[in-house]
Amino acid sequence: MLNIENLTVSVDDKTILKGLTLDVPTGEVHAIMGPNGAGKSTLGYTLAGRSNYEVTAGSATLNGEDLLDKDVHERAAAGLYLSFQYPLEIPGVPALTFIRTALNAQRKLRGEDEMSAPEFLKTTREVAKSLKIDMDMLKRPLNVGFSGGEKKRMEVLQMALLKPKFLILDETDSGLDIDALKVVSEGVNALRAPDRGMLVITHYQRLLDHITPDRIHILVDGRIVHSGGPELAHELEANGYDQYLGEAA
Amino acid sequence: MAAVKETIDTVQKLETYEHGFVSDIEMEFAPKGLNADIVRFISEKKNEPEWMLQWRLDAFERWQSMDEPDWAKLNYKRVDYQDLYYYAAPKQKVAPKSLDEIDPELLRTYEKLGIPLKEQMVLAGVEGAPKYAVDAVFDSVSVVTTFKDELKKSGVIFCSISEALREYPELVRKYLGTVVPQSDNYFAALNSAVFSDGSFVYIPPGVRCPMELSTYFRINASETGQFERTLIIADKGAYVSYLEGCTAPMRDENQLHAAVVELVVLEDAEIKYSTVQNWYPGDAEGKGGIYNFVTKRADCREPRAKVSWTQVETGSAITWKYPSCILRGDDSVGEFYSIAVTNGHQQADTGTKMIHLGKNTRSRIISKGISAGKSSNTYRGLVSAHARAAGARNFTQCDSLLIGKTCAAHTVPYVEADTAKAQFEHEATTTRLSEDQLFYAMQRGLSQEEAVALLVNGFVRDVLQELPMEFAVEAQKLVAISLEGSVG
Repeated sequence: MLNIENLTVSVDDKTILKGLTLDVPTGEVHAIMGPNGAGKSTLGYTLAGRSNYEVTAGSATLNGEDLLDKDVHERAAAGLYLSFQYPLEIPGVPALTFIRTALNAQRKLRGEDEMSAPEFLKTTREVAKSLKIDMDMLKRPLNVGFSGGEKKRMEVLQMALLKPKFLILDETDSGLDIDALKVVSEGVNALRAPDRGMLVITHYQRLLDHITPDRIHILVDGRIVHSGGPELAHELEANGYDQYLGEAA
Repeated sequence: MAAVKETIDTVQKLETYEHGFVSDIEMEFAPKGLNADIVRFISEKKNEPEWMLQWRLDAFERWQSMDEPDWAKLNYKRVDYQDLYYYAAPKQKVAPKSLDEIDPELLRTYEKLGIPLKEQMVLAGVEGAPKYAVDAVFDSVSVVTTFKDELKKSGVIFCSISEALREYPELVRKYLGTVVPQSDNYFAALNSAVFSDGSFVYIPPGVRCPMELSTYFRINASETGQFERTLIIADKGAYVSYLEGCTAPMRDENQLHAAVVELVVLEDAEIKYSTVQNWYPGDAEGKGGIYNFVTKRADCREPRAKVSWTQVETGSAITWKYPSCILRGDDSVGEFYSIAVTNGHQQADTGTKMIHLGKNTRSRIISKGISAGKSSNTYRGLVSAHARAAGARNFTQCDSLLIGKTCAAHTVPYVEADTAKAQFEHEATTTRLSEDQLFYAMQRGLSQEEAVALLVNGFVRDVLQELPMEFAVEAQKLVAISLEGSVG
């Protein structure tokens, strides 16, 4: 369960999140929707622990564990995964090397044994197949020269292999054509599980046609101003965010 | 890749400079300072032939009329050449016949450094594991060379240069100074006058050297310059892969290291020369560390000769080093692969020279400079084509990576062509290790140190691939250790 309480965050002395409160129970998928500049990506970055995102008030815990006093990699090992809107290119480091190094670093931090190379390859092969990723592509440096769709598929591959307890998807649909969107969504849906929570951050309702959330929250000017069921997405699509902008003021 | 993992473990485990210990060994010194008598003393100590003494004295005379070069982008306190010891050797009454006769403390030193000097130890290792013959140079003298007999069976000569001067004087005389003349530059002249030891390799025609050869240089004594001289000759159609490693104790004073390496490559022969340089770089405030003024040059003297320099430079307070290739024979090939890491207050001015003299000569330069801390890292390179070097080709790629905000990277390429029929390409990039990349890797579970190690390993991968496998792992670890604590 992810609990966020009165979270207040500034970046370069500008307050972006202004007392955000949100609970995502384990096993549920929640969506955050909101206009540009509302603080959607800030929420993801803050939870993941990016420097320059200064928490001035509030708390955030994952399954009772305080996230905010941990380093970035410790949060990852605790089971938090942030899928990037723009995944980074890592020159010279083959995707397989990158993922295996990350996986074993997490395991080590949790006091678990490393995954052996054969076991890792076997698992990776299965997951890659379901995501229509060619194994040869995984021998290339991670994301270098990959298309937008390929990069997003690599994000899903990583989450499937790292098996996090909680996923944050930051604008995962951006830059995807309809076919890629389908593959990526199916990959994410396959990861829905009773012991895993998800927070889907998106500007458009399009993604939510493929990944149906249990709840939708509307984020405007650093606060959740409205929550509802999955039907909220279509309502927003029809009427836009205007009706909520007044509430934030 | 297991190596990455190993790198990360090493980074977590190790102190910044693990070779910083001092060995307590009874030493013999020549008096401090430099004059013709010291040159005579060194020559006499080594029972050298008369011509060698004259050669040294000639070099000394030339050195006296030369000035220390100041064109490099290096800022350091000049060496007082009269305040140094030019000869320091472990005291030993007679030359050791076997390892049992060597000072056990000396053997322990090399053991600590992880360098196997006992052949049986090497042989007892995993079956099929590659064998490395080792020449160990301690301060001014070579203490032991392993696998000499086995090498001799295939006609390969691998010994210290002092021994070569005694056993194979004609071979040495024929080639010594023919690639780097005595008066080539200030430091080469100094080396020619006072060099005390180094390695000598001769590979006869058509022979592929049956094992990797390596030399380990260790500066131990205080206030002592190390001047080693290496001469490698690959006769027609021969092949050899050679590796040198260097370490030194941590000392407050700066120590001088001025080496000369000459490679002679004849028709269809090939020499692969790899260096893992890990001299003491000085402390966090920039105190102490080795001054590394080195002249390395290969002469591809005949058609289709090939030379490949690979260097991993992580140590030294000051590095002044430009391993070069003279591509004299038609169709000869020169390669230079370099990783230079500077951290703390280190300064490196390093690169290569590719001198295209023959027709259809080809060269390739891949240089990766990584600067962190308050260091300065300069690539300086020359690619030139002589008027008759029609069809000469060069490809140069020069990449710099900056870590943090207080370091500097410079690239100074010189390209000169006296023929319109040469084709030179130069690519250069400078990037800062990006916060975004670090955050991305850390979000996936890597600590900051691990993330830096992984990203840097990615940056230098092209060059690491050129190193012999075992040393690639070693080099990868070294690079990571050198950059420890570089991201604040």
